[in-house]
Amino acid sequence: MIPAPFEYAAPQTLGEAIRLLSSEGEEAKLLAGGHSLLPMMKLRLANPKILIDLRRISGLSGIRREGDQIVIGALTTHYEIESSALLKEVCPLLPETARAIGDVQVRNRGTIGGSLAHADPAADLPAAILALGGELRLTGSDDQRWVKGEDFFLGLMTTALKPTQIITEIRVPVLAGAVGTAYLKIAQKASGFAIVGVAVWVKVEDKACTDIGVAVTGLGAKPFRAKEVEKKLWGKRVDHTFLDADASHVDRGIDPLDDIHASARFRAHLARVLTDRAIHEAISKATSRKS
Amino acid sequence: MPVSKMVGAKVKRREDPRLVRGLAHYVDDINLPNTLHVSILRSPYAHARITTLETDAALKHPGVVAVVTGPDLRDQVGLVPVASQNPSLRVPKHHVLAVEKVCYVGESVAAVVAEDRYTARDALDLIRVDYELLPAVSDAEKALASGAPVIHSEWPDNVAFRWELKQGNLAHAFKEAHKVVRQRFVHQRLAPIAIEPRGVLARYLPGEKELTVWSSTQIPHLLKTQLSLMLNLPENRVRVIAPEVGGGFGSKLNVYREEALIGYLALKLNRPVKWIEGRRENIQTTIHGRGQIGEAEVAVKKDGTLLGLQYKVIADIGAYHQLLTPGIPPLTGLMLSGCYKIPAIGMEVTGVFTNKIATDAYRGAGRPEATYVVERMMDRVAQELGIDRVEFRKKNFPRPKDFPFKTATGLAYDSGNYQAALDKALKLAGYEKLRGEQNKLRKQGRYLGIGLSTYVEICAMGPSAAMPAGGWEYGNVKVEPTGKVTVLTGVSPHGQGQETSFAQIVADELGVDIDDITVVHGDTSAVPSGIGTFGSRATAVGGTAVYQAAEKVKEKAREIAAHLLEADPEDLTFSDGRFSVKGVPKKGLTIQQIALEAYMARRLPKKMEPGLSATSVFEPSNFTFPFGTHICVVEVEPQTGKVEIKKYVAVDDCGKVINPLLVDGQIQGGIAQGLGQALFEEVIYDENGQLLTSSLMDYPLPRALDLPRLELSRTETPTPVNPLGIKGVGEAGTIGSTPAIVNAVVDALAPFGVTDIDMPLKPEKIWQLCQTKEPTKARGGR
Repeated sequence: MIPAPFEYAAPQTLGEAIRLLSSEGEEAKLLAGGHSLLPMMKLRLANPKILIDLRRISGLSGIRREGDQIVIGALTTHYEIESSALLKEVCPLLPETARAIGDVQVRNRGTIGGSLAHADPAADLPAAILALGGELRLTGSDDQRWVKGEDFFLGLMTTALKPTQIITEIRVPVLAGAVGTAYLKIAQKASGFAIVGVAVWVKVEDKACTDIGVAVTGLGAKPFRAKEVEKKLWGKRVDHTFLDADASHVDRGIDPLDDIHASARFRAHLARVLTDRAIHEAISKATSRKS
Repeated sequence: MPVSKMVGAKVKRREDPRLVRGLAHYVDDINLPNTLHVSILRSPYAHARITTLETDAALKHPGVVAVVTGPDLRDQVGLVPVASQNPSLRVPKHHVLAVEKVCYVGESVAAVVAEDRYTARDALDLIRVDYELLPAVSDAEKALASGAPVIHSEWPDNVAFRWELKQGNLAHAFKEAHKVVRQRFVHQRLAPIAIEPRGVLARYLPGEKELTVWSSTQIPHLLKTQLSLMLNLPENRVRVIAPEVGGGFGSKLNVYREEALIGYLALKLNRPVKWIEGRRENIQTTIHGRGQIGEAEVAVKKDGTLLGLQYKVIADIGAYHQLLTPGIPPLTGLMLSGCYKIPAIGMEVTGVFTNKIATDAYRGAGRPEATYVVERMMDRVAQELGIDRVEFRKKNFPRPKDFPFKTATGLAYDSGNYQAALDKALKLAGYEKLRGEQNKLRKQGRYLGIGLSTYVEICAMGPSAAMPAGGWEYGNVKVEPTGKVTVLTGVSPHGQGQETSFAQIVADELGVDIDDITVVHGDTSAVPSGIGTFGSRATAVGGTAVYQAAEKVKEKAREIAAHLLEADPEDLTFSDGRFSVKGVPKKGLTIQQIALEAYMARRLPKKMEPGLSATSVFEPSNFTFPFGTHICVVEVEPQTGKVEIKKYVAVDDCGKVINPLLVDGQIQGGIAQGLGQALFEEVIYDENGQLLTSSLMDYPLPRALDLPRLELSRTETPTPVNPLGIKGVGEAGTIGSTPAIVNAVVDALAPFGVTDIDMPLKPEKIWQLCQTKEPTKARGGR
């Protein structure tokens, strides 16, 4: 459990960090909370030549409202998200999801940017970001662009982030009106990562679903947005007569992961069950919010 | 005993302040100047021939002092010992570093010694090893099949030993039976996972010719003997110190390769040498527990009278034996009578070599397997006969007047009142009400399960005749000239709290303040002899030795007091640490005053030796047999397979209680580990012998949030085996809990036609079982 030798740099500015990253390229790894990277280094599964520690750069963490968007700095910890009064008010799905991550120690160090960049197929936050239609700001030496969550996750631990870019911010919309949210997960017993996690937000107006986001983590090689499930609920009456969220096809087109903790078949089953339950829970919250 | 003040009191652990403040010293906290550090190259393959092993590049790496391999050491260091013997035992050569081939993932191949840990680890990557892969076999049943790869070519197959027990007329029992119920049981492999992994520090002083080995061990004295043999050193030049030890659960009741390796390196290099196990190494190379696959058969009369039990088992040994590996399955056999009258019992064990780390003693060590088989079978048989499982148990219990109760397996249970513990647990749990609730909920499509386990176990190991390396224990009590009391014990506490409980015993016996007593353990130079801490023996055997030593001290003090007070010893009364003349309470001497006189030695009785200390070595006449009833209530969600423990009641009887806080702590920790086995713990190797659960990201340990509120209670049936009446409690929780939890889940799933599930009861298994059949609406079973 001892990493291979590496160099360490702690730039004070984003520009400096990006310059370092550009010159070292794939030999470099960015250090934020370090919760995934350091164990991999200790097992010598990751052997970066240089670690660029982002934690001394000011302005990379914090949660603020900009019009109808919430902007979250990439170095914001899971605990800061979990405990943010602003998020609880206008985007409770994120705190609900952050609360499901690991344990207190993990949440106090792990960061949203680190989690998204690592793209563990069983991480919690990607489900919430996808369900919300969130975007990530990727910053390189001569480019800066906002990328949709759906375009960011490409596959197993693979993202649209180039080796010379840094995730600097994440933005999600303010959920206004009678909105209910839910993040449900069945955790892998040892690691706490999701065997399946489902994030849902739903807007209810005049007893009908007028907007919805559903996304699933843990099931496949990458988190995904369950658009078919969403479509079926658009405009649907969701009062007390609502019974079936019709989540039975949530796993359609997905090749479920299969490991010692859960078979592909069980994962797909859990995805259906949790999707149904999360939608019901979100609707129920939206309805009670309205009244 | 005189009026007891401390014994039985809830005295807080005196160990805890140093532990919670980080002031304790584990092996890795001991820093000697000039220490070298070791990193060990381990096999990535389960079975392979080493064709190339080149260490030159590693040796040239700056900061590396030495690199050693199996061939370097084979004539320098003895083999890793196995103490448990049986006539059919095959003992493969167990070298300290692999010679020619490797037989499990993690087997040590070479060691790098360097100025610091980082350098040692970096240099490992410079060792070149080529392996020629050999077919591996990780499944014990497959290892027995003809055509299976043979792991040790000295023998024609993978049989490690066969062991058999047959008592009573089994043929008759099964012929006479109204019903014979059969069930296959799998006791999955578990990793003990002490929070402190193993660690060894060794120092050789060439002038004094003394080797000191600090090791995270449960058995410093036995380790000292074995190390002197392995390293060919005179035993009186070897000192072993078990400093603070962060848990063992049996995994440190052993002699490991690294203990001899690090000792050898310190001797060879004349510098202190340290090795600290990583968690991954810990799961790969520290012994595992359980690993039995068996078929049980029970013969029973129509009225529920048990006639016979047979258990045929394959024991997954691993690639080599560790210290007690072959001794664990027979312990299962001995306990197969459970707390029942079973006139005929048979067990056949086939120990099987597999390409895995050895199994050995893990909390319970053979008894959880026996209890699981017996308690699961009691439920199975009751269900088959359609009789109440509580009444079925009661019917077959020996009565209190039947003790000492002789089992067909050849044991004499010391004392017991099984019915009392069961009745108390039923009452505490509200058993009848729970059955009503279960029926009510089933109608709503909710599945409550009530599980019961009435266990008995074997403790206080034990009579030397039944032990591989002595079953006595050493105790010494000394009142110092200043009146402080020093207690030496040969047991080696590593979380059990005997620095507290032994002080309680002595405080009562000598009437001194508990704060004036220090309990010394775990250093072979400070404590002349000892056996160690395992088999729930420390307090029952070691505590008795301490108690008897204190009695001797008191008797000597009485003689001195009588001499000084010019009274007859019989005319002295002793209370609150003071001898006084009967009827003249003012005329007296405290134990402290007497101690000073004993060392000044000017006014002692003629022929009396100076000093005030005494030794006792206690040899128990029998084991002890704690027992109890655990009741677990679960709710199972068929849709996700989730098991929620709604209620947990444990009534345990460990004989006389010295400290209720320590007893509760042992029961709580034991239940946590028993729950781990029942619900989620499992060491998984794939078919090539690759370890798939090699970190705590994949091997789930029970955590605080997994535990229900535990409702703990006791009955107290003293043992006649020792003067304090103590039975032992270190493993009871683990033994009693696992079957109670599994029985509860099986009970919950009865409407789905489920009669058995293999542990661990992972959600997916439960979900699958609930898929196969629509639930019946029938009333809950009894």
